[in-house]
Amino acid sequence: MSEPLLDVRNLTLDIPTGSGTLHAVRGIDFDLKRGETLCIVGESGSGKSLTSLALMGLLGKGIKRSADRMTFDGTELTTASTRRMRALRGDRMAMIFQEPMTSLNPAYTIGDQLVEALLLHRKVSRQAARARAVELLEKVGITAAESRLSQYPHQLSGGLRQRVMIAMALMCEPELIIADEPTTALDVTIQAQILRLLYDLGREMNMAMILITHDLGVVARVADKVAVMYAGELVETGPVGDIFNAPSHPYTRGLLRCIPLPGKTARGSQLGTIPGIVPSLVGEVEGCVFRTRCPHAVMECRGAIPKRQDGEHAFRCIFPDGKRHSEKELTA
Amino acid sequence: MLQFILKRLGLAVLVAFTVSFISFSLLFLSGDPAAALAGETASGEDIEAVRRLYGFDRPMLVQYAEWLTAALRGDFGESYYFRLPVSSLIAERLSVTMTLGVCGITFALLTAVPLGVVAAIRPNSLVDRIALFVSVAGQAMPSFWFGLILIVVFAIQLGWLPPSGTASWEHFIMPTIVLGYYAMPAIMRLTRAGMLDVLSSDYIRTARAKGANERRVLFRHALRNAIIPVVSLAAVQMGFMLGGSIVVESIFALHGAGYLAWESIARNDLPTVQALILIFSMFYIVFTFLADVLNAWLDPRMRTG
Ligand SMILES: Nc1ncnc2c1ncn2[C@@H]1O[C@H](COP(=O)(O)OP(=O)(O)O)[C@@H](O)[C@H]1O
Ligand code: SF4
Ligand SMILES: [Mg+2]
Repeated sequence: MSEPLLDVRNLTLDIPTGSGTLHAVRGIDFDLKRGETLCIVGESGSGKSLTSLALMGLLGKGIKRSADRMTFDGTELTTASTRRMRALRGDRMAMIFQEPMTSLNPAYTIGDQLVEALLLHRKVSRQAARARAVELLEKVGITAAESRLSQYPHQLSGGLRQRVMIAMALMCEPELIIADEPTTALDVTIQAQILRLLYDLGREMNMAMILITHDLGVVARVADKVAVMYAGELVETGPVGDIFNAPSHPYTRGLLRCIPLPGKTARGSQLGTIPGIVPSLVGEVEGCVFRTRCPHAVMECRGAIPKRQDGEHAFRCIFPDGKRHSEKELTA
Repeated sequence: MLQFILKRLGLAVLVAFTVSFISFSLLFLSGDPAAALAGETASGEDIEAVRRLYGFDRPMLVQYAEWLTAALRGDFGESYYFRLPVSSLIAERLSVTMTLGVCGITFALLTAVPLGVVAAIRPNSLVDRIALFVSVAGQAMPSFWFGLILIVVFAIQLGWLPPSGTASWEHFIMPTIVLGYYAMPAIMRLTRAGMLDVLSSDYIRTARAKGANERRVLFRHALRNAIIPVVSLAAVQMGFMLGGSIVVESIFALHGAGYLAWESIARNDLPTVQALILIFSMFYIVFTFLADVLNAWLDPRMRTG
């Protein structure tokens, strides 16, 4: 199956604000095959959540979405009817959110919320749905699963709630799962556990996964592809090996700092911090958005920036190698 | 949950006792009851005779205990004015007031909740503006003024509805609207604010991510949470309405308990006033308690918290 499950070309998101249009996401491209895992990394505010919500059709009112192409298994999502989108959401594409504490409805039991998607999308009995819920709760490592069904969200810890959210997203065995920083709100000690679990279940069900995370150790372990996002743009995308071995965009190198290798980066390694100010995205955005922080910035960086493509590995910089080699010399 | 209810119940009983004592002592605060009873022309001896006859010469606490035990049995003494048992006097009036109260709160809920929901779905839309106008007008316009306008328009000019009395259900239409309109603004605003808050919450996004349709999102997921404080408010307002409809009852000449209270105060008919104050406060206490219980029942976090 060479046809990608998800194919996104030139996705752009504009948010009207009091002081002008906020160009929150600008012309991003990526694709994903069945069973593949794409990790999106980038600082907060770079547009990762907006991008995932745009895929799900869950953007807030007023946010304008446009794309040359945004297909899910051949269905164009930008022109799909709300009914069509509803049929996909929760069934063939599911999402896990960043905030486990507030993402469950306080008025209903875990059981009711787990079976909801299955009952909405499939013709199954309530009993069968509950059996499936128990099965999945056990899969996500929740003990006494049967008795959890009648509990309410407030009776569960954050870690348990996020496990429930994962089970909930898996109820219909989706082909694509989007996990937006699923462990950021959780205790450090269980973060790796939950991500591992999510990844293993994804493999088991052959799901395509978009994982948004700050944990480079996790990225190195689970990603097939990596997309690096900065201020609303994908500054660099490529197979995980290329990104870690030959990080070409200066921003990517800033994040990786010591250029870790797959399998060698310690678990829990956080993104590097880069000094400088992120430019405002309100109004016209021209040239390279990273130039306010880039150590290699020159006058030409204010103009049009070419896209450098080498197979699946792509980045945007006026320098053909993103000044990768000169940095190597410096550190050598 | 049980512990919570028992706690609230204990509090309610405590408040009820306090209120009953206050309403009892009204008898003494408003002057010498024996003198009032004996009449303006009575001599000092007559007043003393009345005092002994009615037992006003005994210690106050004894009288209170006696009065309370009688009241608990439904015996509120005899009306100074009608020379009839207060209980039978009130019973008949109370049914009018209760009918009005139930109709009023129902009308308020049936208009305020849908309006609040629609206003929250489309903030700043025409419907939202109309809802805001209706609620501001409802708060600014005195009930008697609104009642009189209705009477002039629908009873006098159009002749569609009877202006006053309690003979048929049609007599209750305008009073219901006036009383309901009084309660409506608060319910509407609480519904709107609650819905706005809930609709922007993460769990609504979760519901949408599951593929739930808008109707399901709005009613099953959002309203179910937004309505919790509204139910409590409505219960408290109901408690208010059962005692506070004096104005409405007067305008439409509904001979209800509120109207009776007003008349009895004017007539210095203390036993009746006492009994009504006690009953009105009990309504209020019962409905406040009910509001707490409903709140706990609707909100799982309260149930086990
Ligand atoms: N509903 C919104 N209204 C206005 N601005 C928004 C809205 N949602 C997101 N943004 C802005 O868009 C940018 C990207 O946000 P987001 O996608 O949440 O970033 P990330 O998930 O990468 O941290 C941020 O600058 C944020 O302030
Ligand atoms: S285009 Fe210029 S500013 Fe942007 S990354 Fe390349 S060198 Fe730095
Ligand atoms: Mg985010």
